[in-house]
Amino acid sequence: MKLLLLFYEFAKVGLFSVGGGLATVPFLQSMGEKTGWFTNAQLSTMIAVSESTPGPMGVNMATYVGYSISGIPGAVIATLGLITPSIAVIIIIAGFLQKFRQSKTVDAVFYGLRPASTALIASAGLSVAMSVFWTVGGSAEHEIALHWPVILLSLVIFLAMQHKTLKKIHPVAFIAAAAVVGAVFQF
Amino acid sequence: MNIYLDLFWTFAKMGACTFGGGYAMLPILQREVVEKKGWATDEELTDYYAVGQCTPGIIAVNTATFIGFKYKGILGGIIATLGVVFPSVVIITLIAAFLSQFDQYPVVQHALVGINAAVVALIASGVVKLGKTNLKDLVSVGVFVGVLLLAQGSGLISIDSSTPLGMLLSLILSPAGLIVLSGVVGYTARRLSRLAKGGEGT
Repeated sequence: MKLLLLFYEFAKVGLFSVGGGLATVPFLQSMGEKTGWFTNAQLSTMIAVSESTPGPMGVNMATYVGYSISGIPGAVIATLGLITPSIAVIIIIAGFLQKFRQSKTVDAVFYGLRPASTALIASAGLSVAMSVFWTVGGSAEHEIALHWPVILLSLVIFLAMQHKTLKKIHPVAFIAAAAVVGAVFQF
Repeated sequence: MNIYLDLFWTFAKMGACTFGGGYAMLPILQREVVEKKGWATDEELTDYYAVGQCTPGIIAVNTATFIGFKYKGILGGIIATLGVVFPSVVIITLIAAFLSQFDQYPVVQHALVGINAAVVALIASGVVKLGKTNLKDLVSVGVFVGVLLLAQGSGLISIDSSTPLGMLLSLILSPAGLIVLSGVVGYTARRLSRLAKGGEGT
């Protein structure tokens, strides 16, 4: 019965949160308050762990919350609950798009969507950059401390990815190398 | 290899290599799905991200369903989505069971800063590539710059969403709102240019 409720609660999160994983946070907060399954402090830990482990953050959080409530079955059920509405909605939209691929109206709408989508991806990148490239505050109130090693590492990887031969290296190799550099040089 | 197994395995790899939001998946998707497998084009990938951002559910999952469905129908959509979440379920279960202080270890924190530096470079490189296919004329460049400024700027100003006007404003400035707005701009621009061309013809 608890598993059924867990599936239902996460299906609601999947249905109503739009966007990246952080969009699920407010829904999880109200879920915790309503059901008493976890406190806000526990949720903060789960968010921190979800951000620092492989996998899309929203999925990680569902798995973590599910596990903390009902063990491994809970982890699986909560994750399946989260993705079920997505699968249904996207399959309907994808089917529709396939049918109307040739339509001039759909084509005209996507003509505006593509640069917007590219901009939102760029914006997400900028937000990550701002969170790791510098910190505001410190000794003086409006002091900005630039983290040069981090900026340099990012720049080197970006340039390598544009290079004629180096760009053949798999993107994942860059992530792994950056993790090692960060750990060794204590970023 | 079995087609569905291939689909599951490819997306499981993608899930295991994503950090943070689904955006970091972009360059890996470009490499694996566009260049290696040919399951989608760069343009289609942008479309999926666009739709994935204004429909229910998180972006990584939506994009996986889209690509899987396009390649192998409904079953393909389901298999690709199960693939992308599979590593999360395994890794998070292990961490929750044995290492709940995972994020407190200094070595993890340092490595994570390094990973984020790579994520910035990966996203930037993905955007450069998408820009080459998607930013070809004045309107598309205008939409790109406008949305980027609005998306970044909306974080700097505080909107009182308790008033009706504030609610409307924060709805428009949300990623979903910006996507819908850009669709309208694109449609209007195409209509206007067609009208102008039609006018010249007659």
